[in-house]
Amino acid sequence: MRAMVYRGPYKVRVEEKDIPRIEHPNDAIVRVTHAAICGSDLHLYHGMMPDTRVGTTFGHEFIGVVHEVGPSVQNLKPGDRVMVPFNVYCGSCYFCARGLYSNCHNVNPNATAVGGIYGYSHTCGGYDGGQAEYVRVPFADVGPSIIPDWMEEEDALLMTDALATGYFGAQLGDIVEGDTVAVFGAGPIGLYAAKSAWLMGAGRVIVIDHLDYRLEKARTFAHAETLNFNEYNDIVVEMKKTTDYLGADVAIDAVGAEADGNLLQHITAAKFKMQGGSPVALNWAIDSVRKGGTISVMGAYGPIFSAVKFGDALNKGLTLNMNQCPVKRQWPRLFEHVRNGYLKPNDIVTHRIPLEHIAEGYHIFSAKLDDCIKPIIVTDAS
Amino acid sequence: MPYTAQAPDRRESTEALKARIPGWGVDLDPADRPAFPQERFAPEATGAHWDFPERQAGAETRERSIEHRFVTPVFGTSAPLHGLSGAIRRFAYEKFSEGRAAHWLILIAGDRVDAAGSHLRSLFTLRPDNPISETGIKAEFTHGGFRSRFGRGRADNRHTWMDPILVAGPWVLAGIAAFSIVRRIAKR
Repeated sequence: MRAMVYRGPYKVRVEEKDIPRIEHPNDAIVRVTHAAICGSDLHLYHGMMPDTRVGTTFGHEFIGVVHEVGPSVQNLKPGDRVMVPFNVYCGSCYFCARGLYSNCHNVNPNATAVGGIYGYSHTCGGYDGGQAEYVRVPFADVGPSIIPDWMEEEDALLMTDALATGYFGAQLGDIVEGDTVAVFGAGPIGLYAAKSAWLMGAGRVIVIDHLDYRLEKARTFAHAETLNFNEYNDIVVEMKKTTDYLGADVAIDAVGAEADGNLLQHITAAKFKMQGGSPVALNWAIDSVRKGGTISVMGAYGPIFSAVKFGDALNKGLTLNMNQCPVKRQWPRLFEHVRNGYLKPNDIVTHRIPLEHIAEGYHIFSAKLDDCIKPIIVTDAS
Repeated sequence: MPYTAQAPDRRESTEALKARIPGWGVDLDPADRPAFPQERFAPEATGAHWDFPERQAGAETRERSIEHRFVTPVFGTSAPLHGLSGAIRRFAYEKFSEGRAAHWLILIAGDRVDAAGSHLRSLFTLRPDNPISETGIKAEFTHGGFRSRFGRGRADNRHTWMDPILVAGPWVLAGIAAFSIVRRIAKR
């Protein structure tokens, strides 16, 4: 089969690999029709995620058709069209039993601090991802869902991580009616979080970024007010001014490790990988939320320490909520919202790239060329 | 304003928001959001038909965090440990818990050794690494590299100048080192 393969920082290529095989009785093999490149794939691409091994295939956002099932699979059969949440999880451990699917304890021998994720380094279990023609899906009776007939394939694809995570980010903000919600980052997750904040009753939604084309999308897609932090000497002061010197009630960090930061942050994090990422977005969130406010973090950070302004968070009495999204827990509600037209996930897709051109796809997304917001990978099976 | 007890006035009324934003407030009740309560005990909802999953074969040689009692019943098999990078990674897993910075920093070091070693090995294959095609740099010319970067006030442009130094620098230094070694040997 053809598959994207990591060759080292900033280098990927498509090469021939063996079709994955059933390795556990509850495995399925899925023929991928659509995959996506996620912002957090860039942490791998940039060499920031520890134990990212040459030869692995990335891609935790994918949908496809069941090709083969293991002997204990009961809920799927070959030919089913499935959407697969990015979490690999068993459904039966202490954490899964409590709905914490992203924190499953039975799928990742390499770490206890993070669960299993498709195509997300050995730190997340060493699973190959879906930027390929075929992918192994463990616990096929637990993770995947059959795509409803009425749902468009690209919408289903975006529900496997991006939309679910953005919605989850708004939930982690514990928004109450009338809250002012600040969303740091106007990438796919930030756009979905901003849109979702309205569904939860926000009174104002302010999106902060440095790319005008993404802020334009925040205005049109997510109906948000926008601030370009490059236009202000100090975005924290601007946030205070625009909220009557109170601060936002809720701040959502939808940036994660890839923030550029100042020179020191940039060198230690982006260049020398000695921090779990540049924490500038998180620190802005801490500084610009009001005292007693809530910070939601679902932007991805690596496991290495980050210089987070914890003292400010303590002294302001903030509540910090964070996790990887337990995707499947969100699906029933998101299905309703998509069907009702409140959310249209694929409105943010800007690029559809053939698998064979995935190196260009990564570069376009990473370097933010061509007004790219969300690139989708299409395979021959699409 | 925060200097008095009164909360700021709402900028828009509920009616105005409902009229402007499709679906405004449909998830207004915090208790009726999918994440509430976060730790709902509902094992019947997951689709699992086992108390403890059957164990995947091949765990004997599989590295694991020392914070785990055993190799988890299911695991990825994407790229088994091998060579020098494998030894470095195994050392990180066997010696240090995830709580130690050394664990992660040694793994990062293993990644760099893996990438350099794989690059060298690729030179002896029919398909050596190709820095043009594998970096996707062609997109600079086909997808508006100049137009996307300049005159737009991008924050990340401040640090772009150091990218060539940091990407090419190690190769230049390695070249100088290799050259000086070869010259010393030749002088003997």
